[in-house]
Amino acid sequence: MRGFLIAVMLAASTCAGPAAALEAHTVSKLATGDSDEKIAAIGALVAGADPRAAILLQALADGELQVAGKRVLIVKSGEATDAATGEKVTPLPAEREDVIANNRVRGAVQGALAALKLVSPDRATRLAAAKELAGGADESVLPLVKKALEKEGDPAIRPLLEQIAATLELKGGAKESRIAAIRMLAQSGSSNAKTLLLSALEGEKDEDIRLAAQASLDRIEGRLAWNQRAGLLFAGLSLGSILLLAALGLAITYGLMGVINMAHGELIMIGAYTTYVVQNLFRAQAPGAFDWYLACAVPASFVVAAAVGMILERTVIRWLYGRPLETLLATWGISLILIQGVRSLFGAQNVQVENPAFMSGGIEVLADVVLPWSRIVIIFFALGVVALMWLLLTRTRLGLYIRTVTQNRSMAACVGVPTGRVDTWAFGLGSGIAGLAGCALSQIGNVGPDLGQSYIVDSFIVVVFGGVGQLAGAVYAALILGLSNKMLESWAGAVLAKIAVLVFIIFFIQRRPQGMFALKGRAVE
Amino acid sequence: MGPISSTITRLYGPRGWLALGAFAFVLFVIFPLLSLVVPAGNPLHISAYGVTLIGKIMCYAMVAVAMDLIWGYTGILSLGHGLFFALGGYSFGMYLMRQIGRDGQYQSDMPDFMVFLDWKEFPWQWWNSDQFWWALMLVVLVPGLLAFVFGYFAFRSRVKGVYFSIITQALTYAAMLLFFRNNTGFGGNNGFTDFKRILGVSITTDGARIVLFVITGAALIGTLLLGRYIVTSRLGRVLTAIRDAEARVMFCGYNTVQYKLFIWTLSAVLCGIAGALYVPQVGIINPSEMSPANSIEIAIWVAVGGRGTLVGPIIGAGLVNGAKSVFTQLLPEYWLYVLGLLFILTTLFLPQGVVGLLARLKGRSA
Amino acid sequence: MSHRRLFVRKIAAFAGSMAVISALGLSAPGAHAQGKTVKVGVLHSLSGTMAISETVLKDVALMTFEEINAKGGVMGMKIEPVVVDPASNWPLFAEKARQLLTQDKVAAVFGCWTSVSRKSVLPVFEELNGLLFYPVQYEGEEISRNVFYTGAAPNQQAIPAVEYLMSKEGGGAKRWVLLGTDYVYPRTTNKILRAFLKSKGVAEKDIDEKYTPFGHSDYQTIVADVKKFAAGGKTAVVSTINGDSNVPFYKELGNQGLKATEVPVVAFSVGEEELRGVDTKPLVGHLAAWNYFMSIKNPANDEFVKKWAAYAKKKNIAGHKDKPLTNDPMEATYIGIHMWKQAVEKAKSFDVAKVSEAMSGQTFTAPSGITSRMDEKNHHLHKAVFIGEVKADGQFNVVWKTSGPVKAQPWSPFIAGNDKKKDEPALMAEKK
Repeated sequence: MRGFLIAVMLAASTCAGPAAALEAHTVSKLATGDSDEKIAAIGALVAGADPRAAILLQALADGELQVAGKRVLIVKSGEATDAATGEKVTPLPAEREDVIANNRVRGAVQGALAALKLVSPDRATRLAAAKELAGGADESVLPLVKKALEKEGDPAIRPLLEQIAATLELKGGAKESRIAAIRMLAQSGSSNAKTLLLSALEGEKDEDIRLAAQASLDRIEGRLAWNQRAGLLFAGLSLGSILLLAALGLAITYGLMGVINMAHGELIMIGAYTTYVVQNLFRAQAPGAFDWYLACAVPASFVVAAAVGMILERTVIRWLYGRPLETLLATWGISLILIQGVRSLFGAQNVQVENPAFMSGGIEVLADVVLPWSRIVIIFFALGVVALMWLLLTRTRLGLYIRTVTQNRSMAACVGVPTGRVDTWAFGLGSGIAGLAGCALSQIGNVGPDLGQSYIVDSFIVVVFGGVGQLAGAVYAALILGLSNKMLESWAGAVLAKIAVLVFIIFFIQRRPQGMFALKGRAVE
Repeated sequence: MGPISSTITRLYGPRGWLALGAFAFVLFVIFPLLSLVVPAGNPLHISAYGVTLIGKIMCYAMVAVAMDLIWGYTGILSLGHGLFFALGGYSFGMYLMRQIGRDGQYQSDMPDFMVFLDWKEFPWQWWNSDQFWWALMLVVLVPGLLAFVFGYFAFRSRVKGVYFSIITQALTYAAMLLFFRNNTGFGGNNGFTDFKRILGVSITTDGARIVLFVITGAALIGTLLLGRYIVTSRLGRVLTAIRDAEARVMFCGYNTVQYKLFIWTLSAVLCGIAGALYVPQVGIINPSEMSPANSIEIAIWVAVGGRGTLVGPIIGAGLVNGAKSVFTQLLPEYWLYVLGLLFILTTLFLPQGVVGLLARLKGRSA
Repeated sequence: MSHRRLFVRKIAAFAGSMAVISALGLSAPGAHAQGKTVKVGVLHSLSGTMAISETVLKDVALMTFEEINAKGGVMGMKIEPVVVDPASNWPLFAEKARQLLTQDKVAAVFGCWTSVSRKSVLPVFEELNGLLFYPVQYEGEEISRNVFYTGAAPNQQAIPAVEYLMSKEGGGAKRWVLLGTDYVYPRTTNKILRAFLKSKGVAEKDIDEKYTPFGHSDYQTIVADVKKFAAGGKTAVVSTINGDSNVPFYKELGNQGLKATEVPVVAFSVGEEELRGVDTKPLVGHLAAWNYFMSIKNPANDEFVKKWAAYAKKKNIAGHKDKPLTNDPMEATYIGIHMWKQAVEKAKSFDVAKVSEAMSGQTFTAPSGITSRMDEKNHHLHKAVFIGEVKADGQFNVVWKTSGPVKAQPWSPFIAGNDKKKDEPALMAEKK
């Protein structure tokens, strides 16, 4: 189908003249026909070579096409234009129905649009179109690709076009050109190439072609396997960074202060909900600056969670120092109240936190290895938080105070450290970092009242595995757990991987009862 | 006669025994009478709902006492006691599943979930599971052995304090994930339900319920007496000493590992028995009993009631679970606030739990 | 001595606390049709992990009761709902069911979501001869005379969806990834689908079955594996991932650039409510199969959606007051309550046996646009199946639907041995 479309388009492009309007019949078929009719209409539209065709197809792809009575409209942000003539339609008809494009039609539209763009003067447009077609092109685009190849000089686009051409020649054509194409494919190393080679192998009688295809396939598979390992490494790092963020706040409140803070997960949740609220404020008040809402949400989530933490410290936890196990009970109660409070306030269902544009999607660093921007940002964010915390603890007066109080509370009090106030600030710091974790987690997972519950067990395990009171321990522990979990997962499945990691920790603690980085000497008791 | 009578006086004074006797009388005589003899319309009648509810709470109370032996008296906080409870429940649940016979959805000799998984024969875990005596053995042996092995390594390596708490939590969490898997052979997420009989007797009759209730009551009283026997003995004093200063006890020449291991294993076994009694009464056992939150809750019952006393945990389990049952109906949307506040206020104002409050009130009145 | 006296007090305190529990919990008012009201139970988790899905069903049930009461109630009696919170705790479900049936003496119970909660209460309903309306799509393999299933059985959801994806229109998928959370509903559905796919000539190597634990939130490896698998030919993913894990899964899917035109994902547990928490722009074109979508256009649905929006605003229901959403289980709850009312009025009694009998063949104009009918025998609804593609605004475009209602097959013919099962509850069958 796409072949027919391209062929007609090529013919049309040579004698392109401005048409006053698209043919109403075709437009109405596009809007109201079944899938086959729609696809035929797409072909006809492109054949007409009207510049409006691209606009119309784009509108269909974006779901902006509507039908009002017999008229087909493009409705964009409240304004309607007639799809056939391009006239403005006012007022907006009340009775409108969306034109539905299913995956099949949408695929055809995308192919048509990409084909149209392959000869565009704009480099970025051509590149995008070439990438689109490289994802799986019909053999009938071959003439167009070859034509584009003749003119194309761009080093980024040309190989793509060559690859497309190669893949297309794979299915038909002379034996030599097919073998050449197969060899060519071996260099690409994408999984699409693998798909093509597999289909070429299927039912192929010619022994030479089979051999060549098998050789190419082996090479691609070898490369894919390595890429996959690299992807796994990244996945492990990413999981590690998330565990680290989730556990870092706990490393302060629990590790340094000895409060078994069961409400830690809920402080994470509060950070996530703060992000949600800030996002909504931006959407309502400053939609233009929406992409920058995180710049505001990060400090906001820190401040809100820290404030909640400090209030808790002042009212409840303050009275429980020296009775660590009782803080467990009280903070468990606090966590119940916080969960139910959020449920009453925001509802029991999840809320939507949207990634800013620069954090959605990903970058394809290797064939088939897409690193999502959100995860990359979170890894660096986690690094940043660790660095800041380290500076704070080692380079500031507050950090000095926190460390003294941790080591010897009464001695610190004797030399004039305001231990009460230091406790409040330290607890606020730990809670604020939990809030930051919530802000980060909102970008990749659920934001709901139960958010914190799913991280609390893991957070404790990270802190204990690393060694209580040891920041560096938490960092290593999070990374080791993240990486090992992902490695095992690819090998044994997600459920068994998790079990294996937990069992490993149980054994590890037997070997080193104080975690990875144990405190030495008298501090232990 | 001498040693026995001295033991009796050591455990409780005359008033204590009287109170315990009265308690037993209520459980073993009054309750069955109110449930079986008094007709359903009478306001004094106790319905099947009441019997199973209180039966369930008594199982929880047993767990709480077991928890208190290890936490309140020995100072080792376990965040994995839910696991032992669930293992006891599963051990007995297997027998209950076999007793369903051909009355399941698929009318097969195998439990429904196995038919569904296309298993033609029982996996090894189910060996002999249709024998009542074997089920009873498993109830004791499975939690006991697991606790013994786990405790042996942990105590020998001197894993202490929060480290111990967290690895017990990891243990129960890992077990939960394991039991969630269908391939583990215990019904996956659904666990065991739809029990019909014990020893051939239908469990849905009022009589069977009361028998289970009375056995649970007896087990609870037995646990209480056993606990009392332990804490008033030399063993109990060593345990308390371990809680307060383990290093000193070691330097005095005691092998603390043995003491800790004993009480830890005993505690797990008691939990297993409670779990076995729990399952036929509530009618379901599934892996969510092993969730870390459940184990934390056990610690909370003990803390609310009063750590380091034996009656405290019983009161705590009764109070918290009773409150849960009542408030989930009276205030379905707000009961978590009530429960949360209860926990916070107890810790802030009643550091010794409810029992401590009673003691203080008494001290003031005297 | 004082120590011992203390013990006496403790025992007394324990007995006292027991007495309080008894007084509060056990002596709730009886008599199910006091004066002009009839009690019905609502058994949905309002806290714990399932609150996220179930809370809204409680609200929609209360809305429906209010609507019925405003029109004069059931047989002239006002409905008095008894709402309890089983807190996503399965033993508590059984306890609460018993409480509703024996203490509150409710005429019917509307509730449960997960299979395990239904399995937990089932023996209670059978023992006490209660009546449960279960509104969620489930794995089948069950018929009870005490339960009416108003959600879909696998043949009313899963199989049509897979057939669609196999068709030219749906993309002609050749390879299949069956992805789910590790519990009974995904396991059963995938078992049925596997048998179905094999019957359609799909080879073993072209089916990949994968499970993740509950609450799994890191789908990086899974999505990468799907990509790898998809390299072997046109692939579709059938997702039975449980509610809460869907957000991270879809976010990962969007971010790793797996497009619906290449690898479509069809989900059976993802509806309007689940997509609320996701940015749907990268997910356009992924599919869901249900028996109802909010975007379906017909007078009954317009009215239903309008009613819900107004109710959410009036009751200040968090989330829904700003962005009211309806979904399939909500519709199933709504149908269930109305059918129960009709059956009671037909039977002129609240008696479970009589109401059950009156339920068979009961019809109701469902918001999905069809006249929904309760099967004469198997306690399941006849339902139309819709397949929707995700739109950028989180709603669904219906791209395919069955020509009429489909009869439920709780005993899937794709599971060995089920051909011998009777398509009706056991006890009723014996009577005849």
